[in-house]
Amino acid sequence: MTLNIFGGKIRVPMFCSLIIWALLWEVVGQSGASFIIPPLSAVFARIVEIVPTASFADALWITGKAFLLGNLIAVAFGVPLGVLMGRSIIADRIFLPWVNLFLSAPLTALVPVIMVIFGLGETTIVMTVVLFAVWIIVLDARAGVRGITPSLAEMAKVFGANPWQAFSKIYIFAALPELLSGVRLGMIRAVKGVVIGQLLVSIIGFGRLFELYSSRFLMEHFWALLFVLFAFAFTLNEVLAWLERKVDYYAATRHQ
Amino acid sequence: MNAMSASAIDTEPRAIVEVEGVSKIYPGGTEALNNISLDFPEGQLTTLLGPSGCGKTTLLKIIAGLIPATTGAVRVDGRTVTGPGPERAFVFQDFALMPWATVLRNVAFGLELRGVARSEREAVAEQYIGHVGLKGFEKAYPHELSGGMRQRVGLARALTVNAKVLLMDEPFSAVDEQTRRKFQEDLLELVARERKTFIFVTHSIEEAVYVSDRIVLLSRRPSRVSQIVEPNIPRHADPEDIRRDPVYLDTVEEIWQGLKKYLDEGI
Repeated sequence: MTLNIFGGKIRVPMFCSLIIWALLWEVVGQSGASFIIPPLSAVFARIVEIVPTASFADALWITGKAFLLGNLIAVAFGVPLGVLMGRSIIADRIFLPWVNLFLSAPLTALVPVIMVIFGLGETTIVMTVVLFAVWIIVLDARAGVRGITPSLAEMAKVFGANPWQAFSKIYIFAALPELLSGVRLGMIRAVKGVVIGQLLVSIIGFGRLFELYSSRFLMEHFWALLFVLFAFAFTLNEVLAWLERKVDYYAATRHQ
Repeated sequence: MNAMSASAIDTEPRAIVEVEGVSKIYPGGTEALNNISLDFPEGQLTTLLGPSGCGKTTLLKIIAGLIPATTGAVRVDGRTVTGPGPERAFVFQDFALMPWATVLRNVAFGLELRGVARSEREAVAEQYIGHVGLKGFEKAYPHELSGGMRQRVGLARALTVNAKVLLMDEPFSAVDEQTRRKFQEDLLELVARERKTFIFVTHSIEEAVYVSDRIVLLSRRPSRVSQIVEPNIPRHADPEDIRRDPVYLDTVEEIWQGLKKYLDEGI
C-alpha cells in the first residue's frame, strides 16, 4: 500500500490496516454501543489475565492432546490411503467418490453421530479432528503420487524395490511437497474440528470455557479466548507453509 | 551385410538375451511391435535403431521386464523374463535420479534396495563414481549437476549393481552435443573394460554406428526387424579417425538409405 502525501510517496506497511480496524473496534467498544463488543484494550487485558490460569492451561493441554493425536491418526491413515489410491486404479475407483464426498460434506452434522458412538469424552474430540483433517490429506497424497515422474517409479522397479521399499524410499519423498501441503490444510481443518467438537461436546477443553463465558455473557473473556485460538491457527499455518517452501525445490527438480 | 551373414560367423558369442516372437498391442489397439525375434550376443553392444515412435523403447522395456509382452517371450541367460531382475540394469532417458538424495546415495541405491550394508555399498558406489568421472561430486545433489553429469550418475548406478546386461534408453538424448560425443567415447571404453552386454536405444544413426557392434534396424510401427548391420570399424583407433573412417561413413549412409523409405512413407 502506498500513499501520496505532500507529493512524496510513502510506503505504508500492510499491518497499518489492522491498526485502523483495531482503533475502530476500540472506539465502538468504548462507546458502549453493544455488550457483544467490549473495548479491544479490555480484551487484550483479559488475554493476559486468562492465559496463566489453571483452567486455561488445562483446556490447552486437553485441546492440544486431542489435536495432535487426531492429526497423527489422520496422517497415519490418510497418507498410505492416498498413496495407494495414486498407485492403484482399483483403489482409486473404490475410495475416490467417498473422499470427495466427505471433503465437501458439512462434517459438523456428523459430530453428533460420533458423539453417540464414542460418548461425551476426549475420544469424540479426537475422532472429530480425524474426520475434519483426513480427507484433504488423502487427496493431496494421491495428487503427489500421481505427479511422480513415471521413470522414477520404473527405476524403483528395475532395481528390485519391493512395494514397501518403493513406498518408503521413493513415493513418500517424491510426493513430499504435496504431502506437506495436505498436512498443512488438514491441520487447519483440524483446528475447526477440535473447536467444533469441543463446542458440541461442551464439557471439555476450550469448549467448556466457551460455554462458560458465553452463558455468563463474559464477552471480554470470550473474545480473548477466540483471539488466542485465531493466533494459534495462524501461527500453525505459517510454520507449515515455511516448511513447505523449504522442500519446494523438489517440485522444480522432480520433473528434471 | 544382413542377418544371414552375421550368423555365419564362426566365433559368434552365445546369445545372452533372446527375444522370441514378441508382439505388443497397447490397450486401445495401438500395435507397437509385430512378431520380433532377436538375439543379443553376450559382451557386445547392440543398438536398436529406428524412426521415432517405432517402439524401440517399448522393446527395451519388455526386455527390462517393465512392460509385459502381448505375445512371445524374452529369455535372459536362459530364464524367461516375468519382471525386472538383478541380471539387468537400466539407464533412463530422463536420468530418473532421486532429487532428495546425494550422488553417492543415488549411485548406491540398487545395492541399498538389496540390503547391502551402508559402508560396503558406498565403497562400491564410490569406485564407480570414479569410473564415470564424477570423483569429488559424491555429496552433490542432482539439481547441482549438469545434464551430462546427471546421466553419468545414472550410468554409475546401473554399473554398481553389477548386472550382466545394461539396458540404455536413449541415454544421451537429453545431453548437449559436445557432452554427447565425449559420452560416446567413454561408452566405448566402458564396453571394452566391463565386458558386459549393452542394449542401446537411439534415434541417431551416427551415434549408433559409432558405438555399436551390431545395429538392429526397426521399421515403422508396428515394428519389425527390417535389417541387421554390423559396422566393422576399428574400435581402438583415435575417436576423430573413426568419425572420418570410410567404413564409418559408408555404414551411416547405408543405414540412412535403409531408413529413408520409412520417412518417405511417412510424408
